[in-house]
Amino acid sequence: MSLAKGPSGTSPVVTEDDGYVPSARRLARERYRRTRARRATTVATVSTLVTGAVLYVVITGSPGWQRTRETFFSAAYARMALPKVLEGLLLNLELLVVCGAAVLVCGMALAVARTLRGPVFFPLRALATAYTDFFRGLPLIICLLMVVFGVPALRLQGVTTDPVLLGGTALVLTYSAYVAEVFRAGIESVHPSQRAAARSLGLSSGQALRFVVLPQAVRRVVPPLLNDLVSLQKDTGLVSIAGAVDAVYAAQIVAGKDFNYTPYVVAGLVFVALTIPMTRLTDWVTARMDRRRAQGGIV
Amino acid sequence: MSGAAARPVEPEPAAGGAAPVLRLEAVRKTYGRGTVVLRDVDLEVAPHTVTALIGASGSGKSTLLRCANLLEEIDDGAIFLDGEEITDPRADADAVRRRIGVVFQAYNLFPHMTVLDNITLAPRRVHGVARDEAEARAHALLERLGLGGRADAYPDRLSGGQQQRVALVRALACRPRLLLLDEITAALDPELVGEVLGVVRELKEEGMTMVLATHEMGFARDVADQVCFLDAGVIRERGTPEELFGAPREARTRQFLERVVGAGRW
Repeated sequence: MSLAKGPSGTSPVVTEDDGYVPSARRLARERYRRTRARRATTVATVSTLVTGAVLYVVITGSPGWQRTRETFFSAAYARMALPKVLEGLLLNLELLVVCGAAVLVCGMALAVARTLRGPVFFPLRALATAYTDFFRGLPLIICLLMVVFGVPALRLQGVTTDPVLLGGTALVLTYSAYVAEVFRAGIESVHPSQRAAARSLGLSSGQALRFVVLPQAVRRVVPPLLNDLVSLQKDTGLVSIAGAVDAVYAAQIVAGKDFNYTPYVVAGLVFVALTIPMTRLTDWVTARMDRRRAQGGIV
Repeated sequence: MSGAAARPVEPEPAAGGAAPVLRLEAVRKTYGRGTVVLRDVDLEVAPHTVTALIGASGSGKSTLLRCANLLEEIDDGAIFLDGEEITDPRADADAVRRRIGVVFQAYNLFPHMTVLDNITLAPRRVHGVARDEAEARAHALLERLGLGGRADAYPDRLSGGQQQRVALVRALACRPRLLLLDEITAALDPELVGEVLGVVRELKEEGMTMVLATHEMGFARDVADQVCFLDAGVIRERGTPEELFGAPREARTRQFLERVVGAGRW
């Protein structure tokens, strides 16, 4: 926290009209903190360099390094694989956006259904509970196989046999159950007094949920939600079991030709590169929300 | 008073004399860019005395207390606890806080712990007191403050006055050298205010050194040895309760006191 207040590098002296002049004590204190900050930076730099050097020596000095480098880090194969991987990635992105949106909507609906009170809603509550119980426990790969191969086997009129659509459906089925639980945890973490305050203002149960409870709940669960979205992003690759060509499958095709695994590395890095900005964005958003609310202080 | 276990006040360290327990020297605190919350604040708190900080909301009372407990970093000046500068960046903030007890306006009890666990947490984990002894001490203090039967209750089950007394016990259980009370009755019903203030009065009689921010003028007049009127981050006026309430010198002080009387908060 003290770093954020800028005692180290930037000058924290604020310009005011009350003729304030920093005392010698303050200047000495800031000098000391600057020294400390410099030392901390030096230590961090040195330890990073040492760690890097050790890793480099250990890896490049290993007996199989030459062979490994050719098989996993070949520049030629990387260049060959990259366009195909990126082409496949489009499918992952499409699935992520469409399924992500569907998952958020379904998850929220399930969570709300589970928190409804009153005997009228018992069937809905029970159904939502049974659904989350079942699909949270069912392994995603089995769910996918069932939907992708089971549904077409029924030969129903008008039901699609498109593996991407079916695969996407399976993803939504499973992930909605996860996300519903995340939302429910958020809803239950909002203190009951908030609901009481809202109801006392005359808001209906639904209005209290919509305007008071959910906004607080959603804010709290943004980090775990992102976790699930990143996980979904990676699992979009599983639709390839039905033959759709995504980034991972594209890499597999290239790799299969010469048994060179570089395309996998490329595909992996592309996925990582996708999630990092997303994580930073949520970090930034949550930090901003916290700043608005926090009472300050340095502990 | 029920035996040594319930004694919250440590005996005076050798050669204590009248050296102040807490001393603020030209303390300055700003928030963000340019909002000055405390300006050139000097304050001395002698052992076994009570200092009351009065003033409008936003005048800097709470900030002063937070700074004294190192919950806020001051911009300039220095704060001394028993003659040792605690605002030195080399000072160990945790060690400083171990010697200071704080009670907050909103109690800030830990809702996931029983009353007993709330109280024994710091003695056991910070001060290394054995569980038996920490619990015996806690029970004795609870008994004294009229909370004998509530040790196993959770804070949400207690009334505001009870919660605030538990918060006091929690602070006292560490046998602090100094107690900071931040508007501890502001969130309480009038009939519960009395029970909390009664405890503070008793503590004063036992010789606890305290600094309290308060809106209860009658209480400040009654219990304080020194009253400071804060206005826009400056201690405009200070003195004994008789001086400050009886014959305020500053126009701002008179104005403030008249408004408080007018609002019936006396």
